[in-house]
Amino acid sequence: MNAPTFMPSIAPPLWLLAELTYRCPLHCPFCYNPVGYANDRTELTTEQWFDVMRQARQLGAAQLGFSGGEPLLRDDLEELVGEGRRLGFYTNLITSGIGLTETRLARMKELGLDHIQLSFQDSTREMNDFLSSTKTFDLKARVARLIRQYDYPMVLNVVLHRFNLDHVERIIDMALEMGVDYLELANTQYYGWALINRAQLMPTQAQLVRAESVVNACRARIGNRMRILFVVPDYFEQRPKACMNGWGSVFLGIAPDGAALPCHTARSLPGLTFPNVTEMPLKDIWYESDAFNRFRGFGWMKEPCRSCDEKAIDMGGCRCQAYLLTQDPANADPVCDKSPHHERVIEVVRAASARQEPQEQPIVFRNDANSKRIAALARDNGSEEGEDKP
Amino acid sequence: MHTISDHPALSRLFRMQWEEAQGLYVLLYPEGMVKLSQSAAEILKRCDGRRTVSTIVDELEQAFQCGGLRGDIEAFLRVAGERGWVM
Repeated sequence: MNAPTFMPSIAPPLWLLAELTYRCPLHCPFCYNPVGYANDRTELTTEQWFDVMRQARQLGAAQLGFSGGEPLLRDDLEELVGEGRRLGFYTNLITSGIGLTETRLARMKELGLDHIQLSFQDSTREMNDFLSSTKTFDLKARVARLIRQYDYPMVLNVVLHRFNLDHVERIIDMALEMGVDYLELANTQYYGWALINRAQLMPTQAQLVRAESVVNACRARIGNRMRILFVVPDYFEQRPKACMNGWGSVFLGIAPDGAALPCHTARSLPGLTFPNVTEMPLKDIWYESDAFNRFRGFGWMKEPCRSCDEKAIDMGGCRCQAYLLTQDPANADPVCDKSPHHERVIEVVRAASARQEPQEQPIVFRNDANSKRIAALARDNGSEEGEDKP
Repeated sequence: MHTISDHPALSRLFRMQWEEAQGLYVLLYPEGMVKLSQSAAEILKRCDGRRTVSTIVDELEQAFQCGGLRGDIEAFLRVAGERGWVM
């Protein structure tokens, strides 16, 4: 790359996502964290996070998300929230709710935490507890009431897939009872752990059509009381999403060890070295690093993207998906029906619809033992993460 | 059409602040941001749940030394209401 040293056309980052830790009390099989997370436990210190936040704010970032893993596992979360708010960020806590005691909730309110996104796995105790591989449904329900009581704007996030798409109406009713402001129904994106479990999680087209019509009917019934965001899964579309609004466009993710990432799952891409905030100023990372410039703008595109009149709309889609499904991250996202590899996506969808019971192989839950086992397998096979099942 | 509240107030889901890096006011909300024009910011600053629409119109007409702002202000407040910025 011969990226010029000064590029005034590059807009500053707006959204800083601080992935404080990969540790998590839940074991969801659709987690987007790296499959090999258990092999690297390095985490930035409080001071290092303060420094990252200061630098990002100076660059112009206004949104700050605390995520993970489970960010509540960091004892210094309150300090980080306080500093983020003091710097002028809109502060978001993205949490499973496990560990969110009233004491911590009250303290973070005092410190100015702006918003909480709480995840649920399902509207039923059985499925929630099965998917998270924990007994946490009742605890999460209590946490939701506390969040309401402390008057935080609340987003309820439920990841959808084959096992819970048919429960969408009950999930919506549960969210209404909890008094949430936004309900995010996010169909599973197939990266990380979700990719390993794709055969189990992929819904049928019929499930998806039903769920979408239920959502639309509920929207009409509810009106403005609660906004519902329903993210259609990529595999069922003919055009890709503008992933992250474009590479290096607004999103700046920092992994627990300080690696700076243009998207949550960028580490699944080969041939890229992600600069670390402990070694390089954030400004240089954002404007000048190879990793952030590699897929910025349009110059990297191949056909059919290069000459496509829709390239400014979807920016070629998702680089990680292009790599995972076509082995070349500079290819068009194969979700696009103009991609010569689109058939691979169709095949997965067709296979999901043809299958009666998704029980051909067990679900691989996200846990340390599975993480180490899969990482060891990948080392033996010479690749880090991919479509192939362990 | 969206009706305007007598005492418009910024929704608790939004926080308004000056962004030095961009030289403008923004509305921040969960995982998003709206950039505001100067006139939009001047109206929203006054949406505190105490001032009436008429008070806001009077204040802005005085501040900017011009009349006939009511139509524009009401049109903006309708849009802001539809988008959930003000209650």
